[in-house]
Amino acid sequence: MKGITLDYFIRRLGVFVLTVWIAATLIYIIPRVAPGDPIAAMVSRMSQQAGYIENSDKIIEGWRKRFGLDDPWYVQYGRYLRNLVTFDFGYSLATFPTTVREIVVRAMPWTIGLLSISTALFFVIGNLLGALLAWKKTPAFVKVLIPASMVFTSVPSLLAGLMLLYFFAFQLDWFPSLGAYGRGITPGWNWPFIKSAIWHSILPAASIVVVTFGYWTLGMRGMMITVEGEDYMTLAQAKGLRPFYTLYRYMIRNAILPQITALALTLGTLVGGQVLVEYIFSYQGMGNAIFTAIRNQDYPVIQGTSYILILTTALAVFIMDMLYPLIDPRISHEGS
Amino acid sequence: MSSQANETTQKDWSKAKSVLKVRDLRIHYDTPKGAVIAVAGISFNLYEGETLGLVGESGCGKSTTAYGILQLIQPPGHIVGGEIQLDDRNLMGLSEREFRRLRWTKLALIPQGAMNSLNPTMKVHQQIADVITTHEGRQPKEKMRKRILELFKTVGLPARIYDMYPHELSGGMKQRVCIAMGIALNPSVVIADESTSALDVVVQRVVAQTLLKVKEMLGVAMIMIGHDMGLMAQMVDRIAVMYAGKIVEIASVQSLFKEPMHPYSQVLIESIPSLKEKKPLKITEGITHDPRNPPPGCIFQLRCPFVMEKCKTQEPPLRELKPRQEVACHLYEVSETGEVKNVAASA
Repeated sequence: MKGITLDYFIRRLGVFVLTVWIAATLIYIIPRVAPGDPIAAMVSRMSQQAGYIENSDKIIEGWRKRFGLDDPWYVQYGRYLRNLVTFDFGYSLATFPTTVREIVVRAMPWTIGLLSISTALFFVIGNLLGALLAWKKTPAFVKVLIPASMVFTSVPSLLAGLMLLYFFAFQLDWFPSLGAYGRGITPGWNWPFIKSAIWHSILPAASIVVVTFGYWTLGMRGMMITVEGEDYMTLAQAKGLRPFYTLYRYMIRNAILPQITALALTLGTLVGGQVLVEYIFSYQGMGNAIFTAIRNQDYPVIQGTSYILILTTALAVFIMDMLYPLIDPRISHEGS
Repeated sequence: MSSQANETTQKDWSKAKSVLKVRDLRIHYDTPKGAVIAVAGISFNLYEGETLGLVGESGCGKSTTAYGILQLIQPPGHIVGGEIQLDDRNLMGLSEREFRRLRWTKLALIPQGAMNSLNPTMKVHQQIADVITTHEGRQPKEKMRKRILELFKTVGLPARIYDMYPHELSGGMKQRVCIAMGIALNPSVVIADESTSALDVVVQRVVAQTLLKVKEMLGVAMIMIGHDMGLMAQMVDRIAVMYAGKIVEIASVQSLFKEPMHPYSQVLIESIPSLKEKKPLKITEGITHDPRNPPPGCIFQLRCPFVMEKCKTQEPPLRELKPRQEVACHLYEVSETGEVKNVAASA
């Protein structure tokens, strides 16, 4: 194939920008129509610490002016968009001198790490098992074991996480129960830290993987059966090709394509599921940051983290769009 | 090699060596309501260098016969009985592994290429290369490239499609890729399954000529499956007419078209459309028997215009009524002097 055309690239880029813009606008609107006033929340938080505050309405007025809340909506909206583009989300209200950017920079690597490892795991495991489930030469006992391994599929990841936590952290004490790395270990590129980080990530990743891979197994099985009925499979058999070669070059290679599309479409949902899992395991990623921010009505942090999550998800989908023509030669680069 | 493949009138096939022998092949498809008898005991020989046409209406078992020979019948279908011999070697007793080694080197398939027969995610040359590599081992890249381009040349494909994917080719090109693939390993028998169907007439002609040319070059024995009687007449040496899982008549093209003997062959040939006259379609649908319970006696009795009492009880065997013309019909009687008499005509 002749690679990705400029037209295709521009179209996909347009979709990417549009997605991010719509999401950003929603993030802008929702807190403003929701009940509660961030300035009032800040003042009440101050009064909790300091007891009674004199001329609080003066303070509120001053802050409203300082945060620009008295400006017309389009000025506020324009300023908001400009800040998004420059990744300037202001200060966290709950932990004041900290900027939102600092929070994001601290949390983001953990989420990306956990999410990409678990996504890679469930996608590979799920599709491989699905392929084996449909393949004619798979030993019968494997075909019995695979469906049995999928019992967790109908369980919410939240519950699976709690169960894993209960058995493997509290009962058996094999894995740590909270955090992304052990206490007293300095983050950095040193072996104890890396080991600890991997060790801490196993249970959270597992709780995502065990509830997710079953869907991919079933989806892949269905696709494999469809491919099995194609004419080129009959020809592959007539050609006397080796069974294993036929399995990966003719069957999996074709059956995986819709699965990859599905993965791009589910990325957003995955991020949502991750929020809860991070919370259960007190894993210091973006999910946890969002959760804490919501509890504290910390609007700048909610906006900043949500925006970054949406941005990364859209970016991942965009990258997949760019890669897809390379794996499916039939995708027309000009059209669609 | 004969100068023209379809000019084989005087060739005596009975003296030629048979490459493929099929004896009493039976294939059933299991259904919840009982087995559908797709192939009900078929026997024929395929001689060296010969092209045998397998014709009949949809569902008569012609493709099932071919796929049975290639052992490509998918469940719920399965071979119930019979014997298939290739170069005096019985294929039925072979293990899956032994048979896999035989595939393509001895028995190749030319599928209906305009359909989905090529892997959409592999380049054309890779799909030819993989079968060569599988059966002959890895080869230097340049040598393989030369070999594949040579095959392209044989079937009249331009070298520029070497790196293309199937979806970038036209139907006729895909069909020729399938032909190139089929002859890649110089097999003894090639089965062409509806190779010229689903193509427009001009392309059909080009593909048919390619097939003939290739066949002539390699001297390979070929089974051609199709329902286009007109095209068959030009391409094959002998024709086997199938009806409901049985061969009802097998004869040289010339005899069959000049004087079809089985009533079914007669209506089949009469229904070839002609420009000179408007003919009504002789065969109507809907009066076939249930393929799960064929009636006793002749399978064609329900649609036969000459049906007799005998046809309802006794199954007519395939008899050689004229030289190289075998017919399964009670309509003809052979007298002691060897004369063939039409019972219905004399009555």
